[in-house]
Amino acid sequence: MFRFFVRRLIGAAVIMLIISAVTFFLFYAIPRDPARAFCGKICSPTNLELIRHNLGMDDPLFVQYWHWLTGIFTGRDLVQFGACAAPCLGYSFATQEPVFAAILDRFPVTVSVTLGAAVVILSFGIVTGMIAAWQQGKPLDKIASTSSVIGASLQIYFVGPLVVFFVVDSMGLLPRPSYIPFTEDPLGWFVHLLIPWFVLSIIFTANYTRMTRSVMVEQLAEDYVRTARAKGMSSRTVFLRFAWRGAMIPIVTIFGVDLATLLGGAIITEQTFTLHGIGELAVRAVQNTDLPMLLGVTLVGAFAIVILNIVVDMLYAVIDPRVRLG
Amino acid sequence: MTLPSQATTGTGAGDGDSVGRAPSPAAEAGGSALVGRSPAQLMWRRFRRDRTGVVSACIVAFYFLVALLAPVISWLYGKDPYTTYGQNVPGLLNPYGYPIAPNGGVSGDFWFGLEPGLGRDVFMQLVYGIRTSLSIAIIVTIVTTFIGVVMGIWSGYAGGKTDYVIGRIIDTLLAFPSQLFLIVFLPVVEAAFVSPDEETPVWLRYVSICVVLTVLGWATISRLLRSQVLSLREREFIEAAKVTGASPRRIIFKELLPNLWTPIIIQSTLALPLYVGAEAGLGFLGVGMTEPTPDWGRMFLVGSNVYHQDITYLVFPGVSMVIFVVAFNLLGDSLRDAFDPKTRR
Repeated sequence: MFRFFVRRLIGAAVIMLIISAVTFFLFYAIPRDPARAFCGKICSPTNLELIRHNLGMDDPLFVQYWHWLTGIFTGRDLVQFGACAAPCLGYSFATQEPVFAAILDRFPVTVSVTLGAAVVILSFGIVTGMIAAWQQGKPLDKIASTSSVIGASLQIYFVGPLVVFFVVDSMGLLPRPSYIPFTEDPLGWFVHLLIPWFVLSIIFTANYTRMTRSVMVEQLAEDYVRTARAKGMSSRTVFLRFAWRGAMIPIVTIFGVDLATLLGGAIITEQTFTLHGIGELAVRAVQNTDLPMLLGVTLVGAFAIVILNIVVDMLYAVIDPRVRLG
Repeated sequence: MTLPSQATTGTGAGDGDSVGRAPSPAAEAGGSALVGRSPAQLMWRRFRRDRTGVVSACIVAFYFLVALLAPVISWLYGKDPYTTYGQNVPGLLNPYGYPIAPNGGVSGDFWFGLEPGLGRDVFMQLVYGIRTSLSIAIIVTIVTTFIGVVMGIWSGYAGGKTDYVIGRIIDTLLAFPSQLFLIVFLPVVEAAFVSPDEETPVWLRYVSICVVLTVLGWATISRLLRSQVLSLREREFIEAAKVTGASPRRIIFKELLPNLWTPIIIQSTLALPLYVGAEAGLGFLGVGMTEPTPDWGRMFLVGSNVYHQDITYLVFPGVSMVIFVVAFNLLGDSLRDAFDPKTRR
């Protein structure tokens, strides 16, 4: 287990190194000079040169990348902006705030939206899927499979405004989606995020219903279920104590992928509901050609995906003792 | 705007039906009552009996027709997607730029209403928008499928170091946060052709969207085909071909490829609606096709700004897109059933 964990961590580090390098070098292909933006209207060549030097942009590209990379672990001193402590991702060219602090500041928004939605999707999906498996072949079954096709075909930027229009503008049932820190007002946090969670769950829940149903049906046909039944265990006990355990494995896999999609898809979700999370930060960074911010956001996004993959693999071993990691 | 990442294709690795039939078409039937049918004929017969599949195929065909015949429709309808009717003709838009007539200005003249602000005809925007979205999606699907097939077969067949290198490239591509990657690299691709002060020409934006979607898209299908090739490679008919001295070229084109058509067709059918969504997502984020080219994604962007006052404008592109994507997904499912009657969904 431990060796597996270490190996996966090393693999993750390598992938993140590649991703950051690719982003860094590709982005420098844009022939745009950030130094010019700092120089102001009247810009003498010597001044421009000085700013370029202060930004560390007169070094060769490899050296710049190296400085950026080591800065994450040791911190660095940026002449233009001042010192930057250990997990240093530099300063935004556009807003001049430290990148790491900006991401940390936005992090709760994105996590609230994503994890909240994930809880809704998983609990609803698994419960309805189990009911569907229990009632195999009955109408509920068919509803589940049809609605999963439709749900998966919906777009957040269409359903989101539609729901906001009817629930908020027309009926006034809920406040317009926004982010209120959980620590300040837990109820407000909950109420203001209900619509994004609901819309995301429309799109994703049915998929889990269908999946849970099909794996449960498969599990119920397994030998160990028959054995347990033959030994006199009630079908309800078998269903609730044994079968769902086997059913969890494929669900955990897909869920890991979907959670990454949700996090990565935060850009569109946040844009739809005008929430100020990491996704919004990314869009702005692209619009402003803000390299340090962009690198930071890409790295954090990739980090989330890679870590989630490892967590999913570890969960296999917890759920299914037959899986040996090594 | 997610990229294709269906983990399930329905064609499991050791699927006897799709695999075994390839080397020789259906054998001549012995009895007089039996008629020999090729796999394609069998598939067609199964597909015809699937009502959902036929209906969705008709809907999909309808969309393709509309896209093809857009100029004809424009001519019959008497309007084009570029004229700002609302601004040219007084009495259509109020001073805030919203249509005066109820329901977004839907009327006999403007079937789907008027665009708030510019006052263009929504119906024409939609019809021409299909062209943009659909053509990008088709191009990307074809190119990603082609690259995916080549890389997948190459890495699965060659194995060893080649397989390792391609595998790691795919791993890395799949670990990229895909939406972020899309919007980050669009400006990069463009910068390779135009200096930042110049206006980006429309064709260049079109090409860069295709390039970016392709770069991110081929990995999924490639990984899938690789695993299929890996399992096929060990089967007897490939071994037999090797023993009889068939060249790798012959093995790949005559033995492997015929067995891969099923997953290839199913995958690309399921990928196309995802690219339509991805393209629209780019438009929604403001990095898609630029004005004045009609584009569904940009309609969503406009719609998300005006929906508090004029929800009708958002409904038309939204509903059209949902119908199209649902129909295409159902078509993909039906094709899968027709190709592979044994797979349960």
